[in-house]
Amino acid sequence: MVKKVIVEATINGDPVELLCEPRQSLLEVLRDELELTGSKEGCLTGDCGACTVIVDSRPVCSCLMLGVEAAGKNITTVEGLATGATLHVLQQKFLEHASLQCGICTPGFLMSAKSLLDHNPTPTEADIRYALAGNLCRCTGYDKIVKAVIDAAKHVADGVGTTHHGKVPRKSASEATRDMLGKGEEVK
Amino acid sequence: MAASTNGHDYKVIGTRPIRHDGVDKVTGRAKYGADYSFPGMLFGKVLRSPHAHALIKSIKVDKARALPGVKAVVTSADLPELADKMEAAGEQAINLAHLSANILARGKALYDGHAIAAVAATSSHIAEEALRLIEVEYELLPPVMSVEDAMKPGAPVLLPTLRNKEDGPDKETNVAAHMQFKRGDVAEGFKAADFVVEREFKTAMVHQGYIEPHNAVGIYSADGHATIYCSTQGTFVVRSLCSAVLGIAEGKIKVVPAEIGGGFGGKTTVYLEPLSVLLSKITGHPVKLVMTRGEVLRATGPTSGSTIRCKMGATKDGKLVAAQCWLAYEAGAYPGSPVGAGAMTIVTPYNIPNILIDAYDVVVNRPKTAAYRAPGATNAAMASETVVDELAEKCGIDPLEFRLKNASAEGTPQTVGPPFKRIGFVETVEAIKNSPHYKSKLTGPNRGRGVASGFWFNVGLQSSATVNIHTDGTVSVVTGSVDIGGTRAAQAMIAAEVLGADINDVRPIVADTDSIGHTDVTGGSRTAFATGWAVYDAAQDALRQLKERVAKTWEKKPEEVAFANGLFSPVSGNGVKPMTLKQLAPRLARTGGPIVGRATVNARGVGPAFATTLVDVEVDPDTGKVKILRVTVAQDVGKAIHPAYVEGQMQGGTAQGIGWALNEEYFYDEKGVLRNTGLLDYRMPTCLDLPEMETIMVEVPTPGHPLGIRGVGEVPIVPPPAAVANAIYRATGVRMLELPMSPPRLMKAMLKKRAAGDSQAAAAD
Repeated sequence: MVKKVIVEATINGDPVELLCEPRQSLLEVLRDELELTGSKEGCLTGDCGACTVIVDSRPVCSCLMLGVEAAGKNITTVEGLATGATLHVLQQKFLEHASLQCGICTPGFLMSAKSLLDHNPTPTEADIRYALAGNLCRCTGYDKIVKAVIDAAKHVADGVGTTHHGKVPRKSASEATRDMLGKGEEVK
Repeated sequence: MAASTNGHDYKVIGTRPIRHDGVDKVTGRAKYGADYSFPGMLFGKVLRSPHAHALIKSIKVDKARALPGVKAVVTSADLPELADKMEAAGEQAINLAHLSANILARGKALYDGHAIAAVAATSSHIAEEALRLIEVEYELLPPVMSVEDAMKPGAPVLLPTLRNKEDGPDKETNVAAHMQFKRGDVAEGFKAADFVVEREFKTAMVHQGYIEPHNAVGIYSADGHATIYCSTQGTFVVRSLCSAVLGIAEGKIKVVPAEIGGGFGGKTTVYLEPLSVLLSKITGHPVKLVMTRGEVLRATGPTSGSTIRCKMGATKDGKLVAAQCWLAYEAGAYPGSPVGAGAMTIVTPYNIPNILIDAYDVVVNRPKTAAYRAPGATNAAMASETVVDELAEKCGIDPLEFRLKNASAEGTPQTVGPPFKRIGFVETVEAIKNSPHYKSKLTGPNRGRGVASGFWFNVGLQSSATVNIHTDGTVSVVTGSVDIGGTRAAQAMIAAEVLGADINDVRPIVADTDSIGHTDVTGGSRTAFATGWAVYDAAQDALRQLKERVAKTWEKKPEEVAFANGLFSPVSGNGVKPMTLKQLAPRLARTGGPIVGRATVNARGVGPAFATTLVDVEVDPDTGKVKILRVTVAQDVGKAIHPAYVEGQMQGGTAQGIGWALNEEYFYDEKGVLRNTGLLDYRMPTCLDLPEMETIMVEVPTPGHPLGIRGVGEVPIVPPPAAVANAIYRATGVRMLELPMSPPRLMKAMLKKRAAGDSQAAAAD
């Protein structure tokens, strides 16, 4: 048996202490150790984005990060997107626009879209398509997903739908894109 | 935008309510198969063949069994040996010996990824370690990867027992079947033609590409009953196939439908489900198996690659007079490609007096193919719709006009079966002609516009539904149709319409195999059509009973009670107060007890589907990369129950068709090993690759269906490859005859054309 490690992190706003094997991915830890099964496994190679979570304000494929790397990080999963029984504006718009069919990719799209809006509350359609290009959907052809994010962005820009883990100050689109994609450093 | 030909004044049908399962799916609460876990659960993994074609000389599992944490290791020796013959199983006949050998290889590995053994252990990592300890001795055989190679005389044979009718009982073969479809006299037909175009096409094997890998949790109880939680398109087909493969009576298996993360036809058979039960039976623990993406691509059913020759002739005024087609489809390792459907759809959109179609189902060392959205039709339409485009050009007729001149309509004979009833093909072509997209001008270099049409039969089959009236006047609708794309909302809307209920007072439920009558797969675009029909009938049954109760309350006859706009009222007024369902429901106990409406259908009179797709492309002359600038799809949807999800089907099918057209392809090396086993290299469209998708729903109701519903799920995938090919031709002058039209393939074709142009220019100098 591989020896387990204690990891302390903040997950969906709450301090969490967990045990995991060093070889377990963050996705595996979320799903199998913490029963947060909203993050989905589609590929385990970072190609489909179904496992996207937000780590310290950046979108990350949780299948590409080890659970032990979560130590000291602030992690938001799809389970942490709504505020109590009130849906996040993105969740509401995904429902109104019929943006999901099977729904397996939806958590990942929501988290990528949240990260975009956190950094750039006034994205163009091109910004949105660029920010969501790491998430695959096989059912919708993306049309209704993009429209939902455009609609949600309108609400966020109007101050209606901020996110509950702190609002990121408004930045230019290029700054925001650079921030979101990172500056070349590794996620630690 | 919808052009309605239905005159009904519906209250709920045609609106766009939020789906009932939506909140769970945007909050991460919805439980898909891989999300289930149970106390004491073990994790299973499958060892797969690294070879395309090999005899399995021996499998040694002792070291794997000895690894701490490993609870069971199984091979095909642990499954009953089944008869090598076709048996009826749900939608189609199936050879159970082949099915069983696909779940665990028996004697021979027939493709890279073929399951050899399965392990159950206390963690998935230990199960993986155990796989590395299993020793398999193979004797390699030459792989047979293409239909051409497989059909050659003397080709290595995959299945020693395979025979076809033509070659007789003594000849070993890779050709599982030859079908022929004939009408009129093609030789005479081609004599009457002023223009004849004949082309040979190749299309690559492609995968459905659902984002959720296959999964199953099996729980075998000491009393001999088994429960399976899995993401499948058909719980009843999982039950019957597991029963056959495992030798457990159907009545002792319950299949619970998890939410399903896409299927597109690929989740209509079993891979992991029988293994989960087998491993659970041996260990006494629940066992969960989930495939990796590599396993999904290597070892579940993609759809056939194909070779298709298509020859069509037209008179100079643009009438099609003859068509001759030859189709050979890769079945994969075991017989059963959709080549029959390809043959029966290839020229069916057109009224052609003389046709001759030959179709071959060919086994090759690739995974056994499974259904993929209008299976067989997309390959076929790539061929016929490109040839139609070329003939229209030769005749000097606009391709849409050419289609209108030849379009199948009510009374036109189909390739097989009775003449068409009322269909909406012409309407889809007219809708494209009148669309803002078609009326817009496409300008700029390297750009082109293309159009193509598609046809798909759709199916009916069996469905069951119950409609429960609750004491607060709310309603639950129970069906056995797994919901992949919003069908639960459609079922609830149908019941709400019949009962005059608010859509939020109706709860749709997808039940397990013990809790609802037999229901066939969510496939064949049948769920809204057939299960919707059952729900309509069940709601009518509930309404009939409700009227009886109202009559009892009023001391009248049931026929003296009218129902409209949610209100029960006397047919002729005499002072009783009209009442609503909500007022009536609490009184049911006093008027005879609970009310359950129920209905089953074995739906006939299926309305076939047509779509026409218009695409603008821009081709990069230096790389061959194709950019989709604009796309519009017009489809006959019969009656759109929830238009947003109908549009979603049209958009999603179009996106898959574009992926098939431009990028998606199985790459096997010379040893028959799949080289692109991940989603980086098996390249599906992202949202950067696609534009906004415009949809035009044309509503031509299906005759005989109480709501005029027509299946909508499959046909939109059919036209895009040919539409894109025709657009590329207008952009570049190159006729692409091979899918995918990926940058290297298109670049090569453009360079060839340029070289031919240069040499012509040189000759002219």
